[in-house]
Amino acid sequence: MADLLRAALAIAAKDLRVELRSRTALVSALGFAAMVLMIFNFARDSAVVSREAMAPSVLWITFTFSAVIALNRSFALERENAALDGLLLAPVSRTAIFLGKYFANLAFVFTIEAVALPLFLLFFGVSIGGVVSGIILTAVLATAGFVAVGTVFAAIAVRTRFAELMLPVLVLPFLLPPVIGAVQVTSRLLAGRPMSEILGWLKILALYDLVFVTFCILLFPALMDE
Amino acid sequence: MVGPNGAGKSTLLRLLAGLARPSAGSVLLGGVPLTRDAAARRTIGLLSHQSHLYDDLSAVENLAFAARLHGLVIDPTGNARRGLAAVGLIDRVDEPVRRLSRGTVQRVAIARALMHGPRVLLLDEPLSGLDPAAAEQIAALLDDERRTGKGLVLVSHDVHESWELATHVHLLMRGAWVIDEPRSGTLEQFLTRYREALHG
Amino acid sequence: MTASSEGVRRVIRRGLGLMLAGFAGLAAVYLVALRFTPMERFQGLPQKIFYVHVPAAWCALLAFSVVGVASILYLWLRDPRLDLFAESAAEAGIVFSLVMLTTGPLWGKPIWGTYWTWDARLTFTLLLFFLFLGYRALRSAIHDPAERARYSAVVGILGMVLVPFVHLTVYLFPTVHPQPIVLKPSTPSLPWEMLRTLLLSLIVFTILLLGFLVTRYGLGREAEARGGTDGR
Repeated sequence: MADLLRAALAIAAKDLRVELRSRTALVSALGFAAMVLMIFNFARDSAVVSREAMAPSVLWITFTFSAVIALNRSFALERENAALDGLLLAPVSRTAIFLGKYFANLAFVFTIEAVALPLFLLFFGVSIGGVVSGIILTAVLATAGFVAVGTVFAAIAVRTRFAELMLPVLVLPFLLPPVIGAVQVTSRLLAGRPMSEILGWLKILALYDLVFVTFCILLFPALMDE
Repeated sequence: MVGPNGAGKSTLLRLLAGLARPSAGSVLLGGVPLTRDAAARRTIGLLSHQSHLYDDLSAVENLAFAARLHGLVIDPTGNARRGLAAVGLIDRVDEPVRRLSRGTVQRVAIARALMHGPRVLLLDEPLSGLDPAAAEQIAALLDDERRTGKGLVLVSHDVHESWELATHVHLLMRGAWVIDEPRSGTLEQFLTRYREALHG
Repeated sequence: MTASSEGVRRVIRRGLGLMLAGFAGLAAVYLVALRFTPMERFQGLPQKIFYVHVPAAWCALLAFSVVGVASILYLWLRDPRLDLFAESAAEAGIVFSLVMLTTGPLWGKPIWGTYWTWDARLTFTLLLFFLFLGYRALRSAIHDPAERARYSAVVGILGMVLVPFVHLTVYLFPTVHPQPIVLKPSTPSLPWEMLRTLLLSLIVFTILLLGFLVTRYGLGREAEARGGTDGR
């Protein structure tokens, strides 16, 4: 178990180091997030739709779509020089490879969210005063689930000709439950609704995470076979 | 191991390395079936067409990463530098791999394959694409490794470059052994037999 | 494992036979629904679409489950026939989801005045449709048969795992649209004549699904035997 985690962390660290060198995926995703937020601001008829009403949806669309942009890179970088073979030749389990990629992707997506959230607050003038921890908890729960699925699909998509297109096509249906849950929780938090109304949705998010992380771990090795 | 293109040489190497699953039969190393578990992978080092290196990282970083994957956690960077020095690389090891020449990249890849002390080295066209000076260096390196008792399986489509290194020669054509014997006779004699087999 | 071409042709014939029976049954369903089933009091004639709409949804879900189960079995047994079976089920599923998604608006417009509502069942089937499309898109993008089988199996299984979550979240999703009476999760008890017609239709549709599945599977085996494993 310790070996598994050690290998996974080594792989995650390598991913992060590579990304910090080139910064391409991170910068693209952040730029995308900022642009999406800007467009949403202008894509609203302020007389009809209030900022508050749109806010949770805008936040979560920004988070998920920027994440999908960043997810592609996790296996695209292994394509160069057949680096993935290097990983498969090493005495590490396929699960360690998945976990390493998953951790690295989590780090990226959390970074994107950490930058996009303040931008969102700035552009939309929404105050999250008392519910910061609630928003962060929701973000962690929702992200943990869809990044797991995204990692698996990134591994699949990278083997196809139009990987950047295939990944969104495959992953978007899987974003539905976490996005619905996250938006429900966020809008209730912003409206100051009591915890009892929110707990159910949080449980769904947690269940989604548990189920999908488990299945992704179980299924990933099948993708690495030959 | 020589043979024309499409004979299956690279596929065979991937099978020996455990990267591919045979549809029938099994691979034995020293009489022991080669499983696909982690322990088995420690005994094999593979040098393929692709370098398996990350272009944005330096040679040292690449090898340190490989060291960590192999459980060499105590001083991965030190191990990396030593591994690179052993193949004659001391300069330019901290530059991103994308800036290195093909010959240097090849040496880094060999260092990576050797670092965990494998018993068997699988090499897919190790000398192709190299200028004569670099090719000579690598050939000398491989010969040294052979002398230390390692098993080398060297795949090539160019018999000339690997003839001297070989102790056994195998000719693979369309997935079957046509020649499978210890090296004997001269290169010209072998080439004649090779040509006969190709046109026969 | 090549089947005899005679064996494969027998499979295709059986599939076509089932399809024929299914279509004949479909004609019978139309007859029964229009002639021998009482008119629904509030909705009138358009309500009859119900007898096509609901079984189509049922078959789409059934086809989807077949893809999921076949995918699990494939990863376990690695038999390429299971992969072909999953592929056939996916194609059949697309047909039935399309039927459901077109009858929905056709029914909706006269009854609720709108072509589309985000009620649980329509949304759910729309999602199934997208999952089927994604599955097919992936299959046409990978050319090595073994790789294609493995990767689609993973997608098929994850899709099957997704379905309950979508059902849960969409059902719980608060909607402003009035829920149509018949589509409430707790279906009110239908009068016997309507229930009988619905059951008949369900059986007929299931036979059709089986027919599509078996025929497609047979055709796929035949194509394999002929030597074409094009990226489908």
